[in-house]
Amino acid sequence: MSPDSDDRSALSWFFTGMRGLLSLPALILLTSIVGFSAFALESGLTRGEAVFMSLAIWALPAQVILIGTMASGANIAACFLAVTLSSIRMTPMVASVVPEMRTRRTPIWLLLILSHFIAITSWVFAITTLRNVPREHRAIYFAGFGVTLTLTGTLVVAVFYDIVSAFPPAVAGILFFLTPVYFNASIWASARQPVVQIAFVMGVILGPTLALVTPQFDVLCAGLGGGTAAYLIDRARRKKKRAGQETRR
Amino acid sequence: MIAEYWTFIVIAIAGFLATDIWRWLGVFTGNRLNEDSEALYWVRAVATALVMAVTAKLIVFPNGTLAGSPLWLRLAAAGIGFAIFLATGRKVWIGVAVPMTLLVAGLWWVGF
Repeated sequence: MSPDSDDRSALSWFFTGMRGLLSLPALILLTSIVGFSAFALESGLTRGEAVFMSLAIWALPAQVILIGTMASGANIAACFLAVTLSSIRMTPMVASVVPEMRTRRTPIWLLLILSHFIAITSWVFAITTLRNVPREHRAIYFAGFGVTLTLTGTLVVAVFYDIVSAFPPAVAGILFFLTPVYFNASIWASARQPVVQIAFVMGVILGPTLALVTPQFDVLCAGLGGGTAAYLIDRARRKKKRAGQETRR
Repeated sequence: MIAEYWTFIVIAIAGFLATDIWRWLGVFTGNRLNEDSEALYWVRAVATALVMAVTAKLIVFPNGTLAGSPLWLRLAAAGIGFAIFLATGRKVWIGVAVPMTLLVAGLWWVGF
C-alpha cells in the first residue's frame, strides 16, 4: 500500500524525482543518447539542430525517423506523416500513466506540460515508482525526474555531438543493445498484473513479425492487436476465476 | 532567412507537433479513466504491447553498426539473458548484465 499523505514538502519530492537520474534506466538512456548524437552528426544535422530536436521531440524513435526522412529528401508533409505514425503509441502510454499521476485537483495544463516528458524510459519509471509516492506529490515527483532527464539528455547531445565519431564503431553498436535488454528486464519486473505480462509476450512476438508484413504500421498493429488480445485473454481468465470463487462459496 | 531556419521549422512541425498531439490526446483520454476501470486495463495492455513491439524490433532489426551482426547472436544473447533473469529472481541488473556480456563475448567470438 502506498501512503496517502505524509509531511514531506512538495519540493523535497521534486528532488527525490531528480535523484532518479542516477538510476539504471536513466543512465542507460543517457548512454543510448550518445549513440543518437553520432547518428545526428553522420546525417548532417548541426549541433544546434540536434539539441533543438532532442528538447522538442524527446522520443528517440521519432527523432531517428525524422532524421531518416529528412535525409532522404522527403517534404515536410511526408516527414510529419512518418513521425506522427510512430508517435501514436504516446496516446496509450500517457493515458495509462495519467490516472495514477493526478489527483482530483491536478490542473489539466500541468498534465499537458508533463506529458511532453513521457517517453519510454520515463513511462517505465512512472509505472514502476509512482505507486510508492503519496498521491498528491506524484505530479511534482514525476516533474523532478522527467524534466531533469530531458535537460540532461539534451546536454549529452550538445557535449557528445562530435566526440562519439572518434569511438570505434563496435562500441556504438554494443551501446545500442543496452536499451532493448533494459526494457525487457524492467518492464517484466514491474508487471504486477497478468494482463501486462500477456501484453508483453504479444508485443515481443507481433512486433518483429508484423514488421515483415506491414512495415509502416507494424508497431501500431502489434500494439492495438496484441494489447486487445491480451486484454480479452485476461478478462476471460478473471471471469473464470470469479466464477470459481462463487461456486466454492 | 527562411532557408537558414528551415530545418528548425521542420523539426518544430514534423517533429514536435507530430509527436505531442498524441501526448495531449493521451492526457485528455487518461484524465477520464478511473484507476481501476476496465478501460484502463485495456489501455495498459495496448501501451505495453506497443512498447514491447518497439523493443523487440530493436533487437531483430537494429539500426547502425549492430545491423551487421548475426541475428542468431542477438536473439541468443537477449533470450538466454532473459531466461537467466527469470531464473534468478528477476533482478533488473542481471537482466541487463547477462545479455550484454553474452553479446560482447559473441561478437568477439565471431570476429565482429
